[in-house]
Amino acid sequence: METYELYAMASVGLFTIGLAAVFLCRHFFKKIIATKIIGAGVFLLLVSIAERDAELFADPVPHAMVITGIVVAVSAAAFALALARRIRLQSGRSEFGGSEE
Amino acid sequence: MSSLWEIGNLPAWLVVLPIIGGVVTFLLPAGRRANVGLVFAVLSAILALVAGVIIAGGESLRHALGGWSAPLGIGLELDGLAAVFILMTALVGVVVSVYARIYFCVLVADPQRASLFWPLWLLLLAGLNGMYLAEDLFNLYVVIEVVGIAAVALAVLSGKTPALIAGLRYLSAAIVGSMAYLMGVALIYGATGVLDIGMAAAAVENGPTLRVAFALILVGLMVKTAVFPLHFWLPPAHSSAEPPVSAILSALVLKGTFYIILRLWVELFGVSLTFAAGQLMGALGAIAVIWGSLQALRQQRLKLVIAHSTVAQIGYLLLFFPLITLPLGMAAEADWTLFAWTGMIYQVLSHAFAKAAFFLAVGVVVIAVGNDSKDSLLNMVGRLPMATFAIGLAGVSLIGLPPSGGFLAKWMLLKAVFASGQWWWIPFILVGSLLTAGYVFMLLRLAFAPVRKEQAMNPIPRGLQMCALVLAIAAIVIALPAEWIVGLLEGTSAFGDAVEMGAQGGEVLP
Repeated sequence: METYELYAMASVGLFTIGLAAVFLCRHFFKKIIATKIIGAGVFLLLVSIAERDAELFADPVPHAMVITGIVVAVSAAAFALALARRIRLQSGRSEFGGSEE
Repeated sequence: MSSLWEIGNLPAWLVVLPIIGGVVTFLLPAGRRANVGLVFAVLSAILALVAGVIIAGGESLRHALGGWSAPLGIGLELDGLAAVFILMTALVGVVVSVYARIYFCVLVADPQRASLFWPLWLLLLAGLNGMYLAEDLFNLYVVIEVVGIAAVALAVLSGKTPALIAGLRYLSAAIVGSMAYLMGVALIYGATGVLDIGMAAAAVENGPTLRVAFALILVGLMVKTAVFPLHFWLPPAHSSAEPPVSAILSALVLKGTFYIILRLWVELFGVSLTFAAGQLMGALGAIAVIWGSLQALRQQRLKLVIAHSTVAQIGYLLLFFPLITLPLGMAAEADWTLFAWTGMIYQVLSHAFAKAAFFLAVGVVVIAVGNDSKDSLLNMVGRLPMATFAIGLAGVSLIGLPPSGGFLAKWMLLKAVFASGQWWWIPFILVGSLLTAGYVFMLLRLAFAPVRKEQAMNPIPRGLQMCALVLAIAAIVIALPAEWIVGLLEGTSAFGDAVEMGAQGGEVLP
């Protein structure tokens, strides 16, 4: 088995684990971490595609996508964490569910 | 320098100008943001009008950013379909901006925080224009994220705990949606080696990888468009935001991702589509129409009624897909696809105007009375006649009574449904209209009900009511320039066509 195949399979595993966790966890922090795991899965898939298409060097286009994606994902996660912190400071809550709907 | 102002650069300016506005307003002191922000919103609308005029002349513009063309560079394309969405966004945007200018300066306790509306809204506007113009899959991902983050930031502007919790829920749904989209894009890139939509469409071949990729993209975008049953985040987020923000979120932000679904469905997904895929989209839409309207009838808070009504109205948009997804060879005989397209476009336009008007008018009522329970509407017809009239007119368009834009939308959809022989959608469209009439008249009945003891009312600036009324009137008169709008769209190659399942050598299902 080629290395990139291992990466690709691992990436699907990460994506699935993250997706399951997003739906199963109610804690703010766990949910945010779950979205990060989904992101890790996606980026690993892109990197493995770059590795598969490598000739002299790896395909640079997926790398550019991963770099951009990481920046976007970091800012989204930072924003989510700021929101979660604010909610906790204002109301002491750190989980979804219950009375807000 | 003169080359900067060439007409060919217009698509780039449509994105860049609001970004400049966002940065400039962010750097200004809080007190001066509103006026400058309003100027940038108006300037963007003027650019959008110029784009509309150019497209009406029968041209479409392609712009390669920095002179690098695809596959390596980034293409922006302005065609009829994009122009209609851009015009809609610009017109609704300007009126909402005027409303926001009055609302945030006069009526909000914490103007310092409220002034953040302007940079965020201009950034959102840039992102939406980017969605309509982007020609490649990865840039779509970037603008989806820009719009998503700006939209959530706007939704939590009030800083109240329920809004923050709804915002965090919205943000997690948005991140999962865009990650699913990116996973799909990665698979398409892995299969074809290109990201440009046109090039990818030429290179894709039907197979399990592509089907998984399309499904991931579709589901990711459906989360963001709040398609039933992935709409769970919408009612709390849209109902807890400030009124101008609710109007923007409901009327415009959902249309951005719907536009991407539409574009990819007709331009890229064709190879892997089956009859069942189209029917499934239609079924989700049909359930959304009934479910959303029933939920709207049951709500006790005004803004929740409108938010659930949005879920239902998005459902009508999905009924478009089964009507244009046809077996190979049938597309040439299908004479109803033009009706389906017109109906769908009119549903997009009339919902944008009517729902924005609805949220703005209810915002006026909520400011006047101080809470958003349904009873705050009592006797409004005498006290806030313009806002009540706006609710009535917007309601007429949502129900689909003639001569409104909503009527044209539903009439065209019904015509297409009859002609295509897919009769099973008819009861959903009709019952949906009846239920919509139910909740609209429920609100109007309260507005006309007399009360013994008048409550004291906060003073309302006249301009706020005017803004709501202008949008509501627009939702009605949008039916008049139908020919002009359809003429604009004819420049788009896909407009009026059916999508042939399994075209380009894939398998053909009956």
